[in-house]
Amino acid sequence: MKVSIEINGTTVSEEVEDRTLLVHFVREQAGLTATNIGCDTTSCGACTVLLDGESVKSCTVLAAQADGHRVTTLEGLRGEGGDLHPVQRAFREEHGLQCGFCTPGMIMASVSLLDHNPKPTRQEVRDGLEGNLCRCTGYHNIVNAVMNASGQEVQR
Amino acid sequence: MIPARFTYRRVSSVDEALAAVAEHGDDAKLLAGGQSLLPLMKLRFAAPELLIDLGPLDELRYVRREGDEIAVGAMTRYHDLHHDAVLAEHAPLLAHVAGSVGDQQVRHRGTIGGSLVHADPAADLPAAVLAVDGVLVARGPDGERRIPAAEFFQGPFETPLAPEELLTEVRVPVQDGAGWGFEKFTRRAIDWAIVGVVVAGRAVSLINMGGTPLRASAVEAALAEGASAAEAAALAAEGTSPADEAHATSEYREHLARVLTERALVSAGVS
Repeated sequence: MKVSIEINGTTVSEEVEDRTLLVHFVREQAGLTATNIGCDTTSCGACTVLLDGESVKSCTVLAAQADGHRVTTLEGLRGEGGDLHPVQRAFREEHGLQCGFCTPGMIMASVSLLDHNPKPTRQEVRDGLEGNLCRCTGYHNIVNAVMNASGQEVQR
Repeated sequence: MIPARFTYRRVSSVDEALAAVAEHGDDAKLLAGGQSLLPLMKLRFAAPELLIDLGPLDELRYVRREGDEIAVGAMTRYHDLHHDAVLAEHAPLLAHVAGSVGDQQVRHRGTIGGSLVHADPAADLPAAVLAVDGVLVARGPDGERRIPAAEFFQGPFETPLAPEELLTEVRVPVQDGAGWGFEKFTRRAIDWAIVGVVVAGRAVSLINMGGTPLRASAVEAALAEGASAAEAAALAAEGTSPADEAHATSEYREHLARVLTERALVSAGVS
């Protein structure tokens, strides 16, 4: 079927199999590879993108379900002129990454979390990011990054 | 992992969905939020020939109070339920349980109707709807019928819905003032419950203690006779048949049911 998705402000229209997953469409049809395939079982969150502004696991959404909808990936977060998104900047400042494989999904989930809860507590950050796994177990700095991005005090 | 081949079809109204399932019957599967179905299809445990996407059915996305009941559209997402003002006031238990399903991303897609029809004995919402004596409204070729939650869960992934029927709504009584509690134990934050307990007033239901969500009848009877939370919770495993698995033996599940029931009862104000 023909699928047209607005990804990061640009409409990508491609003929794909009905069973194509959104994560594959984003990576292969749109050529945007920041969105990673981690566990492929809706557990790890490495494939998190925003669909109509809400975080979703793109390995568990069909491209067809996103037809006519709006997707934002990590590549779409940068502002005009290439400025880092405040959440990206905070991840850099707090060193909220180790190997970095989970980082795009962590950042997209954090953007969605802060969208609903601009001043979360540390516990709310942990609850909000429970769907994103970091196998380096670097969670502490990731929580710090989200606190930083929300303009709150960071625990050293 | 990629699902087996299927034909995708999107419908824009309940009538159109009903016409599609009437035409294709068993070959077709309805796609609500997809958070359980798509993983099963990727593992090839499910391989429908036709997938009918209910995604556009905003007509089934609502929460509204109607007299002494709250009507919830089947396509209402967990995230919507968790943040809904009507539920927060009149059925906080449901809002709370919906907010603990899966994770943020899953709650943005998963729907109450999808969860109920999927009828996973380890799922949270079915046990919650059972505890509050909810009623499920289904529409089919012969019109609408209402099925009490107690009759809806017939076995693991088994409900009385016919292939050509569609769950459209869940109705729950207003819970004003009733104490409630919810406890679940999972191996990972986002996981299904190994065991869970829902308490609504003096009703108690159990997650993953058998092939369906179960009412803990012995606990409820003891409470009716004035038993304490601890005395009643000691009976939580009575009449259950929890699975015996490598990561959770049946004895362990029975123990968890007793511990979690006491905690949930205490949360609900039973001393």
